[in-house]
Amino acid sequence: MGFFSKTIDKLKGALKKTATVLSTDVRTLFVPGRQIDDQFLSELEERFLRADMGIQNVDRIVNELRDRWRLGKIKDASECLGIVKEQLGANWPKQDRELRLAPSGPTVILVAGINGTGKTTSIAKLAWLLKNEMKKSVMVCASDTFRAAAVEQLSIWAQRIGVDIVKHKMGADPAAVAYDACESAKARGIDILIIDTAGRLHTQENLMRELTKIRDVVARRIPGAPHEVLLVLDATTGQNALAQAKNFSLAIGVTGIVLAKLDGTAKGGVIFAIRDQLSIPVKFVGLGETPQDIETFDPVRFIDALFGGEKAAA
Amino acid sequence: MFTALTDRLNDVFRKISGRGIISEENIREAVANVRTALLEADVNFQVVKEFCDTVQANAMGQEVISSLQPGQLFIKSVYDELVKLMGPVDTSIMTVTPGPTVIMMCGLQGAGKTTTCGKLARYLDAKGLHPLMVAADLQRPAAVEQLRVLGEQVGVPVYIDEARVAEHGQVPRGAAVAVCRAAVADAKLHGHDVVIIDTAGRLHIDEDLMTELRDINTQIGVHQIFLVLDAMSGQDAVNSAKAFNDQLELDGLILTKFDSDTRGGALLSAKYVTGKPVKFIGVGEKVEGLEEFRPEGMAQRILGMGDVVGLVNDAMQKFDAAKTAKINEKMLKGQLSLDDFMDQMAQVSKLGSVGRVMNMLPGMDGFTRDLNIKESDMDKQVVRMRAIYNSMSKKERKDPDMLDGPRRRRIATGAGVQTQDVSQFIKQFETSRDLMQSFGSLNMARKMSVMSQLMSGGLVNLAGSFGLKGRKSTFMEKKDRNKKKRR
Repeated sequence: MGFFSKTIDKLKGALKKTATVLSTDVRTLFVPGRQIDDQFLSELEERFLRADMGIQNVDRIVNELRDRWRLGKIKDASECLGIVKEQLGANWPKQDRELRLAPSGPTVILVAGINGTGKTTSIAKLAWLLKNEMKKSVMVCASDTFRAAAVEQLSIWAQRIGVDIVKHKMGADPAAVAYDACESAKARGIDILIIDTAGRLHTQENLMRELTKIRDVVARRIPGAPHEVLLVLDATTGQNALAQAKNFSLAIGVTGIVLAKLDGTAKGGVIFAIRDQLSIPVKFVGLGETPQDIETFDPVRFIDALFGGEKAAA
Repeated sequence: MFTALTDRLNDVFRKISGRGIISEENIREAVANVRTALLEADVNFQVVKEFCDTVQANAMGQEVISSLQPGQLFIKSVYDELVKLMGPVDTSIMTVTPGPTVIMMCGLQGAGKTTTCGKLARYLDAKGLHPLMVAADLQRPAAVEQLRVLGEQVGVPVYIDEARVAEHGQVPRGAAVAVCRAAVADAKLHGHDVVIIDTAGRLHIDEDLMTELRDINTQIGVHQIFLVLDAMSGQDAVNSAKAFNDQLELDGLILTKFDSDTRGGALLSAKYVTGKPVKFIGVGEKVEGLEEFRPEGMAQRILGMGDVVGLVNDAMQKFDAAKTAKINEKMLKGQLSLDDFMDQMAQVSKLGSVGRVMNMLPGMDGFTRDLNIKESDMDKQVVRMRAIYNSMSKKERKDPDMLDGPRRRRIATGAGVQTQDVSQFIKQFETSRDLMQSFGSLNMARKMSVMSQLMSGGLVNLAGSFGLKGRKSTFMEKKDRNKKKRR
């Protein structure tokens, strides 16, 4: 578990801004002795909304609190904190958050997302994590043959981290690159193959079909693949992240989310809405610009960091 | 995923029109719906709050309460307020003489700065200016290359200083400024009148970034600073917009990625918090994808509603207000004639195909869907009604009571319809007229509410009852039944 140990500190630092909104303010809200009233509940609602948690989700939590308060089950504002944590923390079973690995042969991880969310950087981080922390042999596949310099960017990362890369020229068929990568991964006995794809808006149907094609090609080359389909979301994105998750799921069946740029202005509260409405778990969080700046997602710590709350046991 | 705002507001006002009087509570409920819609669109919480207070205050005014179509007018007032908030519109770009005018683009990583530089260069080039782009994002390795490619695509030269591009390392302070200074000198030499500087972004606002941007601003003498912002940004958009504005005193905003399905509430937030005009919106990856900002369409997008505002505007322009008022008066007195009836129909037809109008009305698209009527069928019914009306003599139109069997047969032959169609048409008219007559005793507010129902519903009943058998019970009919009970 030493692997997770830095999460909390880092995330706390990273979520500093969220903490300013959520922890400082919420914790002033949650002062013992303050009585719950409509004013309190509406302040609470405001704080949640500001964290991009989405009106539906916030309504649910606040209504739950209001119901308990009306029934006389809770009176003091400080009692709310536990309930809020419980509400937010529900629905994140551990098995959902673990990386699914192939029983034998290469595990294929397909990575997708809209433009500018940080896919390539996230892949570099993931490769670093899998290689150094999980001691796996890793290969990356440069199926983003569209954006200028994308292949170069991934090549540089691969070289720095010390993992294999399969690449074609710019403008090549991304599915063909993926095909070659699958063959190569099998031949070289690679543990994990990570496929980078070009950023695309979730509303561009033809490009979404291209993504489906990549997935299908991979599935034909390696049984059970892709074992993981990760969607990279920008933590600064608002409620549109829901639409992104929905459309990418329709095209390639997203199995997990990488929440990138969480070190930024990030609040990332939309992941709760995505979990609620689409049942897609967050698997990793990106916290910075170096390959080491990645962590597996831990809801308890995430929520604790969100509230700047009590120190979690490492 | 999003429940259409119009549908929800329609529900609210449907309840109101049943009771006849708009109370403060109704308005509050309607405003709450607007609030949800805005929050779903990622408009900043604080902005939503203040906006809703304004709307609430406006809606409490006399105008809305006494209006015939409170739902539509409420939406219109919300919409107008949104447009007002997004204005004043100023998509001009100030240039200086003697040139060159220096424009600096700034923003967070992944917002689309570099792409927008290319689009803006193309836009200015098309306006007859001679822009030069400057690759001053020395941090991101691909940025310089990307701008070079974009320059080729739009046919605008790019100033690149390869020697100063950082090799994945720290860019020394002053490097970007040096590049910009050289670029401006180059622009003067080659007669470029606009210089567009692509600056570095960061994952979030930090002091290094701001220092670099401030240095460029003060040392180069930048004339215009534009902030490039991702339209999909969430609640935090205000923070970054505010930070940039505080540090750099922005001249305008450019919102990108509007080709997605984002509702784009960030635009409103950023405009609100900076008070700076939105100049352009970016749509798509193609270099042509830069549009001058217009608040009209944007207000609808943020509210998540369909064409209804367009319809309301249409209606306001095309409805002959005097004529309508006259008919209304007659209706209230129970003196509605068949001529008036058809006049009213003609007014509605001015808005376009009846089927289209129906589908644009909130809630009505559901009506046509339930009945499985095609737009064209609906229009056919109206044409048939018109034909029947045309086949009647003036005397008959004045006094439909005189229509006996032989007259109805004659009209049917003339109009090319069945005799029972004529009977149905007359019956429909009589029902409407009688209904009106019975309201003479009601107080004014009641009358108003009933009127509004008839205005929107009369047509539905007409088209619906006309040759459309076995239809489901509709909302309007239920209301009519209630009316009868009350009577």
